[in-house]
Amino acid sequence: MVAFRRRRVARLVLLYAVLIALAAVFLIPYYIIIRNAFSTRAEITAGGWSWFPAEPTLKNIAALVEGDSPILRGLWNSFVVATVQLVAQLAIAALAGYGLARIPYKHRNLIFVLFLATMMVPSAVTFVPTFAVIAQFGWVNTLTGIIVPGLFNVFMVFIFRQFFLDFPQELEEAGRLDGLGYWGTFVRIVLPNSGGVMVALGAIGFINSWNAFLWPLVVGQDESTWTVQVAMSTYLNSYKINLPGLFAASLLSVLPLILLFFVFQRYIVQGVKFSGSKG
Amino acid sequence: MTLAPTPSAPTGERARRAHRPGPGRRGISRQTLAFWGFIAPMAIGLLVFVVVPIVWGLILSVSNAQTTITPDRFVGLDNYVAVLGDPAFRGSLVLVVVFALVIVPTTLGFSLLLALLVNAAPWGKGIFRTIFFIPTACSYVVASVVWKMSLFNGLPTGLANSVLGFFGLEPIAWIGTTTPPWFWIVLVTVRLWLQAGFFMIIFTAGLQEIPRELYEAAQLDGIRGPLQELRYITLPLLRNTTVSVMLLCLIGAFQAFDEFYNILGSAGGGGQGNMSAAMTPLVYLYKAAFADQNYGLGSAGAFVLTALILIITLIQGRVFGLNREK
Repeated sequence: MVAFRRRRVARLVLLYAVLIALAAVFLIPYYIIIRNAFSTRAEITAGGWSWFPAEPTLKNIAALVEGDSPILRGLWNSFVVATVQLVAQLAIAALAGYGLARIPYKHRNLIFVLFLATMMVPSAVTFVPTFAVIAQFGWVNTLTGIIVPGLFNVFMVFIFRQFFLDFPQELEEAGRLDGLGYWGTFVRIVLPNSGGVMVALGAIGFINSWNAFLWPLVVGQDESTWTVQVAMSTYLNSYKINLPGLFAASLLSVLPLILLFFVFQRYIVQGVKFSGSKG
Repeated sequence: MTLAPTPSAPTGERARRAHRPGPGRRGISRQTLAFWGFIAPMAIGLLVFVVVPIVWGLILSVSNAQTTITPDRFVGLDNYVAVLGDPAFRGSLVLVVVFALVIVPTTLGFSLLLALLVNAAPWGKGIFRTIFFIPTACSYVVASVVWKMSLFNGLPTGLANSVLGFFGLEPIAWIGTTTPPWFWIVLVTVRLWLQAGFFMIIFTAGLQEIPRELYEAAQLDGIRGPLQELRYITLPLLRNTTVSVMLLCLIGAFQAFDEFYNILGSAGGGGQGNMSAAMTPLVYLYKAAFADQNYGLGSAGAFVLTALILIITLIQGRVFGLNREK
């Protein structure tokens, strides 16, 4: 019995040693962003690894925030893109999900299958012809061009349909008795009771929009339409690289998402679990 | 994915039909109208931004379309022949297959390990899970900045080289050298860091669905210790989760772009870029379409890549079984 318990303790010690070591490794990149964002250029490039900046400075961040820097404009563009996409994606997908789940129509399942079939073609692969469509609309170098093609998310339709199928019918029936049509039932009864699934899908959607790179790079070629990711990438790949500025920009771009992450973590976990059901 | 037959509302529906005009002489019932009203935004969007691009892409891929996005003249399969004959494109396909072969098992194993370790911890589950999960909030661009400019910057003072120095080893020019191709370590670790926590959450969800009684029953059957439990209970019951994680991870790997573009980008970090050594299909397509303005060639390449992804997905479905029914 003693031997058994000793082995159990040893196992726990080992488990926590491994967990703490892995956690430390996982946090290093964030630590580096923070350290370098508050360091002077000389300190970052100096020989020898130092754990803390000897003279922490706010200059890097101040330089980005004051005036009309591309990073600041990029943050604003990213905010606009991600917010509009968040709202419109949810609205469009929730409507379609409700129609597919609740409104009888003889070809309903066929339409659902057609929707799902579009998921078979990886979106990133069709970016060249999608660009052709955008160009036809005159949307190159506009935020509209970055935003609109990403609004039609079949995965969200799939989750919403599933959610509405499980929605208690008695509630909807009660609404019908009060004389509500499909639209009234949807807006007054179904939507107010769909907060959880909305936040879960919305948080994941916002993160994906904010972090998107290839499509904004293709459409927003002009500096005025750079999202923050494109702006940072341009700096990263330029010959005159401003290291402390780059890390300060990284900090500013990742901070809003970290905050969002901590506030909505429970929902984000839920959203990720939804993604697991996609395969 | 099952297509559950949608239960039609029994009493309410009939009551509605009674005092609502059915499919009358005008042909379209109000119900059908309502249905299309709800579906329309999505359906139109998919038509314009998914179906039209696919058709347009097909037309472009059999047309001469250089410096213009409107097809110029029909050239048959010339673009396909050209793109498949281009060693750079073939190289990119080989590269992405090798990348997938490395990153998929690594991610699978590592994220499962994280899920099991956190699950086994009696205290602090929440904290550890959060720490492993936060990289999900980070973009590939930001991670590329850190990996390229600090961790693996190739200077003796970079963190990776500092660790090597601690063990008395010579510093390595991680990104700037192709012989040996050390940049693989940079590319694999950055993606691993970014996505392991995400897949850990999916595995955790799978683990939580395994009933506790199974482990108790197994003890009676003589299954002892964590390793045997893993072998005989956990892994077999995680099968469906594993298959869907594998699929998500694989499709993601085939569309790799961000970290290759940013870490190996040609100009970055004082010319230490190495893009031609590691060009993924998407980087190739991006250059074909937006640097060389050859949209016909780019579209042909896109369809070759799509076909490759579909084939591999189907093979994987065959081998591992896609049916989610037990």
